[in-house]
Amino acid sequence: MAIGLEHYLTVAAALFVIGIFGIFLNRKNVIILLMSIELMLLSVNINLVAFSSFLGDLVGQVFTLFVLTVAAAEAAIGLAILVCFFRNSGTIAVEDINVMKG
Amino acid sequence: MYADLNVILPEIILSVYAILALLYAVYTRRDEMAGTLVWLTAAVLTVVAIWIGINGDGARSAFDGMFHDDGFSRFSKVAILVSTAAILVSGQEYMERHGILKFEYPLLVAIAAVGMMLMVSAGDLMALYMGLELQSLSLYVLAALRRDSVRSTEAGLKYFVLGALSSGLFLYGASLTYGYAGTTLFAGIMDAAQHQAPLGLLFGLVFVIAGLAFKVSAVPFHMWTPDVYEGAPTPVTAFFATAPKLAAMGLFARVVHDAYGGIAGDWQQVLAALSVLSMFLGAIAAIGQRNVKRLMAYSSIAHMGFALMGLAAGTAFGVQAMLIYMVIYLTMNIGTFAVILSMGRDGNPVTDIESLNQYASYAPGKALAVLVLFFSLAGVPPLLGFFGKLYVLRAAYDAGLVWLAVAGVVASVIGAFYYLRIVYYMYFGEEGDELDADRSAVLLSVLAVCAALTGLAWLPGLNLFGIEVLAQAAAATLVN
Repeated sequence: MAIGLEHYLTVAAALFVIGIFGIFLNRKNVIILLMSIELMLLSVNINLVAFSSFLGDLVGQVFTLFVLTVAAAEAAIGLAILVCFFRNSGTIAVEDINVMKG
Repeated sequence: MYADLNVILPEIILSVYAILALLYAVYTRRDEMAGTLVWLTAAVLTVVAIWIGINGDGARSAFDGMFHDDGFSRFSKVAILVSTAAILVSGQEYMERHGILKFEYPLLVAIAAVGMMLMVSAGDLMALYMGLELQSLSLYVLAALRRDSVRSTEAGLKYFVLGALSSGLFLYGASLTYGYAGTTLFAGIMDAAQHQAPLGLLFGLVFVIAGLAFKVSAVPFHMWTPDVYEGAPTPVTAFFATAPKLAAMGLFARVVHDAYGGIAGDWQQVLAALSVLSMFLGAIAAIGQRNVKRLMAYSSIAHMGFALMGLAAGTAFGVQAMLIYMVIYLTMNIGTFAVILSMGRDGNPVTDIESLNQYASYAPGKALAVLVLFFSLAGVPPLLGFFGKLYVLRAAYDAGLVWLAVAGVVASVIGAFYYLRIVYYMYFGEEGDELDADRSAVLLSVLAVCAALTGLAWLPGLNLFGIEVLAQAAAATLVN
């Protein structure tokens, strides 16, 4: 069986949904939230590269590089904020992030 | 090449300023110059705003259509830069008093302003994404600026997680759009999405709208707003409530009209649904709030609903109405936050709305200004806020969305309750401890200017200060 565009899109969609569920269903640890976010961005990258190769157009791969760079910056900022939060509250459990009702 | 760089010169100047100032401040390690930097940054922002305002005519684009310098982007940029400068100078004294005035604050705000300028000028999904992230990443850090407070860092963390989620949604939509349109340029997407768009493109559109709705905090993507507004330091909250909202709405208008303009019927219904949900949730959920910052969060959700109503009309007049609404919203919010920034008791900030009890008896002038601002936020004629609502309602009505206009009127009547309740507390509330007298000249003048603009704009000779004509020209460049 030849592997076509739709297979890549299915994998990417599955990873994306896993990422979203990871954010909403996870009650344990903020690090898992960061991993879920990363998973979502990487699924987008699979999408972009698959489309880029399928269309024979380089723009998608350029976009991927931008997404990777921004994802790295985002992870750095997220971890920095998380460290500050841990210093103040002494916990990184998701259920303890509830000083404000919301 | 040089012609392209010439087009983005304002952004280049602002980023070079921010980077150089950051390097200088890091190497000299002097937090005491933060106050100077606030004023310097505000001055640079104002100069760039004036330059963009008087220099621009016609429409130019750079980097093969990735960046547009047209009437729409110039209008939004001037509003963004001026409101950012106003927020910067009015927050300075508050931050100094509470020991959180660090040199990062003005510079992060300047970098966020560059991101917002890129957002409203974007002509390509990549350029849009970079601008959006430049703004969002700065805002995450700003929310957690008070590093020793649980509330502030928690606000930063919540904002970060949900902001990253929204970026993910937006990106997934962008990747689908790229796949089915074959390009990331808005002009190319416009060609691919005429009349009958492929299903993949529609999926992309829905994800892109969901991602952007997070940024404008439209219901059902609003859950971060109250917590972030409450937890962040008040000057940062004031910033969140003003310029980034206008930038996100400008970006929204740019994407739906420039990229998906050919399938207006498809996004109109989504925007109308977002609009009606935001208006009602903002109006109803604010009633139970006791904290004025949370209350302003719900108020901003409701106002975004009204602005989206203009956009949902899908016409040039709708975009014009949205721009007018947003500029009016900025004016009212800057004034309101000038009051919130000045609220304190024994040197500590208070945000409880009942602390305003009997405010009029010991600060009659400021109470009158707050009365004007809150009546205007509620949409009482003849104040400025009424005209904003009038424009968006007319746009929705003209576009045949009569049910939406009726829902808007109902929601604004419900929403009037909580604004008027604060006014009631100020004039007829119970006796209680007085708030500190705040003699900050900057806050007083910002408040006076905003209240005067809000209260007097209806006078016949002033004609809303010509904002109507400017917004019309701006909208005409976007929708054609």
